[in-house]
Amino acid sequence: MSGVQNPRLDMDRLIDDRRTRIIVCCGSGGVGKTTAAASIGLRAAERGREVCVLTVDPARRLAQSMGLTSLDNTPRLVEGVHDEAGGSLHAMMLDMKRTFDEIVEAHADPARAAQILANPFYQSLSSSFAGTQEYMAMEKLGQLRRSNEWDLIVVDTPPSRSALDFLNAPERLGRFLDGRLIRVLTAPVKAGRPFGRVLNMGFSVMTGAMTKLLGAQVLRDAQTFVTAFDTMFGGFRERAEDTYRLLQAPGTSFLVVAAPEPDALREASYFVERLDEERMPLAGLILNRVHGTGGPRLSAARSLAAAETLEGMIQNGPVPSASSAAYPIAAAALRLHAEATSLSERERRVAGAFTSAYPAVPVVEVPALPVDVHDLEGLRQVGESLADRG
Amino acid sequence: MTARDTDWDGVRLHVVTGKGGTGKTTVAAALALALAHGGRKVLLVETEGRQGIARVFDRPPLPYQERKIAIGPGEADDGRDHGGDVYALAIDPEGALLDYLQMFYNMRTAGVALNKLGMVDFATTIAPGLSDVLVTGKATEAARRKRPGGGYLYDAVVLDAPPTGRIGRFLNVTAEVSGLAKVGPVRTHADTVANVIKSPQTAVHIVSTLEEMPVQETIDGIAELRAIAGMQVGGIMINMARPVVLTREELKGAPDVPALAAALKDAGLDSGDALAAALADELAEHERHVELQDRERTELEAAGQPVYELPMITEGIDLAALHRLAAELRAQGAA
Repeated sequence: MSGVQNPRLDMDRLIDDRRTRIIVCCGSGGVGKTTAAASIGLRAAERGREVCVLTVDPARRLAQSMGLTSLDNTPRLVEGVHDEAGGSLHAMMLDMKRTFDEIVEAHADPARAAQILANPFYQSLSSSFAGTQEYMAMEKLGQLRRSNEWDLIVVDTPPSRSALDFLNAPERLGRFLDGRLIRVLTAPVKAGRPFGRVLNMGFSVMTGAMTKLLGAQVLRDAQTFVTAFDTMFGGFRERAEDTYRLLQAPGTSFLVVAAPEPDALREASYFVERLDEERMPLAGLILNRVHGTGGPRLSAARSLAAAETLEGMIQNGPVPSASSAAYPIAAAALRLHAEATSLSERERRVAGAFTSAYPAVPVVEVPALPVDVHDLEGLRQVGESLADRG
Repeated sequence: MTARDTDWDGVRLHVVTGKGGTGKTTVAAALALALAHGGRKVLLVETEGRQGIARVFDRPPLPYQERKIAIGPGEADDGRDHGGDVYALAIDPEGALLDYLQMFYNMRTAGVALNKLGMVDFATTIAPGLSDVLVTGKATEAARRKRPGGGYLYDAVVLDAPPTGRIGRFLNVTAEVSGLAKVGPVRTHADTVANVIKSPQTAVHIVSTLEEMPVQETIDGIAELRAIAGMQVGGIMINMARPVVLTREELKGAPDVPALAAALKDAGLDSGDALAAALADELAEHERHVELQDRERTELEAAGQPVYELPMITEGIDLAALHRLAAELRAQGAA
């Protein structure tokens, strides 16, 4: 890394601070976000907090490590957590469709709710992956927070194609529900509006095009859906705005998770800047899966040169020496070291580009593990690394 | 050398998926380069708006337009083979919708108006299935597009697709749309797209690393794809495999530290036993790592699909690295 040294992220101070009520782990896919969230949750619980970890689509083994076997949308007590400090750990997997259904049921009378739940557009919207998952994760977070049953909620954000989608989700849904298309779609049902002829003309062009594109039945379904949904729009927007405000509230902290790779750190940069724009508090960066921090201090170049020297001596015929039998293994060890060192040097360079751009962001590094986390002990170890103060 | 058999002769649309972080875009780019030989023309398509292709080729962001981005390798032992061309296209649902309207209905203007009204927001927010159909539709259209005078314009199309977790939905367009549109043009369009995707002309390759989670996701992904009638699962492309020094036999057992130190001294590294002991530790860790990699590889091989293996490139991905990976894919018969 360059001369700049970022402050070290003090994980224990963050999780021990009773004012911290929500920790959001974000970052691009495949960087170990869920593992980080679970490890933080476990560590906080074993340090005395009453924690709920909300995860979205965890890997099967990780889910099993917390005793989660089904997607039942209810926080379950995790067994095997050390409770000497008086804390506890609950964990749940988000059921996106069920969460959505519950909101519909809460905001519409039973007849209308049934009509919405049966509509094919609603079914597509509520069970698809893009967008809805982000929105429902935030909705669930809001519900858990309002229930006040936990004093710390750790949430793992969905593996969006862009890690930023979940920040936009409430606003996007709000904008969509207020959109002109919706007004056009609902126009014929709400006849006699003062938009008058202009809209009607526009409308016939639009419906013409849309009927061609989607077919008359699709258009009818869309209109029915939008009309039925119309009564709930207000409630939806309010909830979305509440959640958004919750993310800005003082008790919320964001942790950006990244691997020391250009793509993951690019996403991390967007995140850092975006959180700043939204005035959402960033606690720091977790640099996960860092290779080769230990090991001998021998540069890749020197190591490689020595390997080549030995290989040359092997090729130039047998040297009658006591040590020549170990040449092949020594050469191999040097090549291996050169490879590991150049990987580690590259990771430093990539990470250095990030840290020098954001010198004030606290950072903690977690070494790459040879095996994935399977059990609480594994999560505990990751937690140790996260809280390691160097 | 003339055309030789590869594992995927007859495939015109190569879909590349994989868990996030496995290097899906890099492998898709390398595959496109590998396919672009002997004057072949290959289109590399991006679907997720990340501009990952532009980055691996070190180019400015790609527009919604097919552009030449690289030249494929020629065959070294045949002076007449000048390689091929790789074109790239970043598809966004908005552009694909306008194309669709223009192509089938000659209604581009109405499309622009619909777009202003938020039609695309509508498609992506309320019915992502529709936007997937538009995106896969554009890719299959390119794969089937003819050039004037007959023959296909592109010899192959490589699609850098969404990750494994979303791939089944993304490709199973008919199922996605059928709930919404039982009849009508979108349904017809979806059926046409499905006819290409669920045919021997298309293969879905999965990128994995030799780590537990990606391997598990690969195996789950294969099962999910196999359950879709007509879908051809392609190869498993192991990416970022760490090199193995020494044979597995040689790796067994702890190396003798004093002998290692003596050998290091002969090589000019006179740092006593400390360096030797540290290197011995690294060898032992390497052995454990090799063992783990072997276990994951065995699991992938048991899936019953052709397996290709690409090395970790520690210096990072640039054009030279892509060519190296492409050469590996060619040598292993993937292209």
